[in-house]
Amino acid sequence: MKSKLSKDQIEKNFAEINPRMSKAEAKFESNRCLFCYDAPCTRACPTHIDVPAFIKKIATDNLKGSARVIFDANPIGATCARVCPVEALCEGACVEKTLMEKPIEIGRLQRYATDTITGNGAHVFEAGDPNGMSVGVIGTGPAGLSAATYLARLGYKVTMYEKKALAGGLDTYGMAEYKMSQKIALDEVRLVESLGVEIKVDTAIVAGDVGAGLVPAQRDECREIGFSSLFESHDAVFLGIGLGATNKLKIPGEDLDGVFDALWFIEQIKTRDWHGIHVGDTVAVIGAGNTAIDAVTQAKRLGAGKVMMIYRRSENDISAYDYEYELAKKDGIDFFWHSSPIEILGDGKVEALRCRLNDGSDEIFDIRCDMVVKAIGQEKQKSFFDSVGIDTDEKGRVVVAGNRMTTRENIFAGGDCVNGGKEAVDASQAGKLAAMGIHEKLTGMTVSFAGSGR
Amino acid sequence: MADLTTNFAGIISPNPFWLASAPPTNMGSMVERAFDAGWGGAVWKTLGEPIRNVSSRLAAIDHGPSRMIGLNNIELITDRPLDVNLKEIYECKKKYPDNALIVSLMVESKQEAWHEIVKMAQDAGADGLELNFGCPHGMSERGMGAAMGQVPEYTCMVTEWVKEVATVPVIVKLTPNVTDINYPAEAAVKGGADALSLINTINSVIGVDLDTMVPHPNVNGKAAHGGYCGPAVKPIALNMVSELARNEKVTIPISGIGGITTWQDAAEFLLLGAANVQVCTAVMHYGYRIVEDLIDGLNNYLDEKGISSVSDLVGRSVPRVTTWGNLDLNYKTVARVDYSKCIQCNLCHIACEDGAHQCIDLVKNDDGKVFPVVDEGECVGCNLCYLVCPAPDCIEMVRLDDGSNPVTWRELSSE
Repeated sequence: MKSKLSKDQIEKNFAEINPRMSKAEAKFESNRCLFCYDAPCTRACPTHIDVPAFIKKIATDNLKGSARVIFDANPIGATCARVCPVEALCEGACVEKTLMEKPIEIGRLQRYATDTITGNGAHVFEAGDPNGMSVGVIGTGPAGLSAATYLARLGYKVTMYEKKALAGGLDTYGMAEYKMSQKIALDEVRLVESLGVEIKVDTAIVAGDVGAGLVPAQRDECREIGFSSLFESHDAVFLGIGLGATNKLKIPGEDLDGVFDALWFIEQIKTRDWHGIHVGDTVAVIGAGNTAIDAVTQAKRLGAGKVMMIYRRSENDISAYDYEYELAKKDGIDFFWHSSPIEILGDGKVEALRCRLNDGSDEIFDIRCDMVVKAIGQEKQKSFFDSVGIDTDEKGRVVVAGNRMTTRENIFAGGDCVNGGKEAVDASQAGKLAAMGIHEKLTGMTVSFAGSGR
Repeated sequence: MADLTTNFAGIISPNPFWLASAPPTNMGSMVERAFDAGWGGAVWKTLGEPIRNVSSRLAAIDHGPSRMIGLNNIELITDRPLDVNLKEIYECKKKYPDNALIVSLMVESKQEAWHEIVKMAQDAGADGLELNFGCPHGMSERGMGAAMGQVPEYTCMVTEWVKEVATVPVIVKLTPNVTDINYPAEAAVKGGADALSLINTINSVIGVDLDTMVPHPNVNGKAAHGGYCGPAVKPIALNMVSELARNEKVTIPISGIGGITTWQDAAEFLLLGAANVQVCTAVMHYGYRIVEDLIDGLNNYLDEKGISSVSDLVGRSVPRVTTWGNLDLNYKTVARVDYSKCIQCNLCHIACEDGAHQCIDLVKNDDGKVFPVVDEGECVGCNLCYLVCPAPDCIEMVRLDDGSNPVTWRELSSE
């Protein structure tokens, strides 16, 4: 089903939730920053951006210097400025929050500063003098882009492998459109390329029958390179391949027409082909994480009449951030707590979602809907790692040492495939630490980057 | 309600707030609007031989989000015909008999010229005259303004000339562009001045345009130094006023000028010995309307302090000002942090560490939060941490000595 709303209305619905600051706003807000010493915001940022330093540079109109401080510690600083859960990180730690109940708008200031760089495509850093060594980076999401940036700055020849047509991973395909458009992610990818990093898109890395991050259906859409052949051209390999397909509900009716993965749904929206995107009139989204919120809020923005969030536990148990939940409430989403889906009903097409109440009553009830979206987390890529001989823990996460090396020599990893699924900013830090680990392993020399804790 | 009426060297004003001689007192319609807004008095923009001004006259410095904390100008005295000004002064005084109307004067250094302009201003109905010996730019290049105020002998001489014909009180306005304000002040007293006003503006180059590399304000590619005023100059003015208030030879009242924006600023000038105050930059920034809170705030302050008349406030802090050699060397304070109010910005730590005496350590508590801890044995009580702390009432300077046996450097060195 296609949206009944006009293109203009949908564009309006998807207007940026945190628009760019005006010069006046940036000036005022940057001057509000107290310039804390050993600042709580910097400590709270997983990449430890020197937040007071970049904000003071905005106050002095040194925007290039400001962007440099940001990108020095976080190569995807433009993305993070828009998608970071700042309420839980830097802004949550801001002393102005304690003093005035109104933290400095760090995220929006970061965007203001980074816009000056992403807009013109010229990186604030340069590639290091070639050191004759090469690193292959699998996956072009936050972790891979970060690792590639630092490795290029150190003088490595870096080749990135991306199974999809566009680089950027979840930055490009997985962010709610009202938070960040695809253009920003691609601008940031171009910054990485400007350091001489080569990105091979439509290229999957496979080990036997298993492709890294590939669902079987994608296999004929891209060329394949054998994992074992990577060491013919690379001295080390970084794996930033994220997580796999959306988890299965494992209930009857899951294959009916009208049942979708949340990630797939979000990815369609990134095209901004508003009337080419499938959206139901009555949409049931299963799950209560941040991805579920992205799905319900965007289904609503696309024009779905009724959007529901179905969660097996209570309101207090949801994993979405408070401000995300608030956004869903503001958007008029209906919530079904303590509701476990047990069957998707329909004759070929979805007609209802049957649930059991978990409140002790075990009551069975049906929710009429014509679209079901699954937002119940992603699978780990255990079988891929098994097939290349890399150890994973009991939860399927890649095991890495302090230098971010996996259990296989000169193969490093970071991001969701190691941490099980966190924020882009966490992946960015992981890429930084892995680049340092790779350099140390290959050259025996230590190196440190901004916010690496060294 | 306290009595705000002031008698300044014989000039009665309904309140101590006068507009200084400057653009806000350029013409009759402006002064009348100011009186309507509540200003007690106004010093008419300096009369003299009409001049020609340049275009692009003002420039300012901002601090953070605060605009115009310091203002620089290269505007000269009135550019309006003398007869027009005099006619408007006459009409204004007739219409506002209860407000103080003072006329600022500046002519070349000739006795007849001064006699003539003094008589004209008096005839127009001026309640008092203010001799502009302070303007530091433009006019000073022609031997007027600060050029007179910087030479005590000239100050005395011209004051004497004026007093020869003056029938109303004569206020001498001093320039701060001198090494010691006492000399020109004493010269004015010697010349027979009835009162002093200070400070006029300070010599200044306010800044440089980083694109064109021409200093501000740019007059077709060139710039000249100007006169600096506004909130940033208040401490300099307070010092000079308090110096004169403590000078036994200065027996005449002082009109305090320099960066007054709020009633608190005004109260500070009054406490340090000014008998009234003059305001300009704040009005140029926000308009005549600011006088409402100047009056209201001062009134409430006086009521709160149980002071019935503004004249009772004048000079109250003067005995509290002394020379360094008379300060108690045994007085000892230290900083104490109220942790319930600390927001962990650590500014006290870094300020003390890099800018003072390394006596505030950062200590991690059990929750992993970092707190500043004062080493009271090392703390010299310098106040820096207290000054940088953004959290209200978080750092307090606490007295540690028992108050006995004060001793001064003067006492020690005379032993």
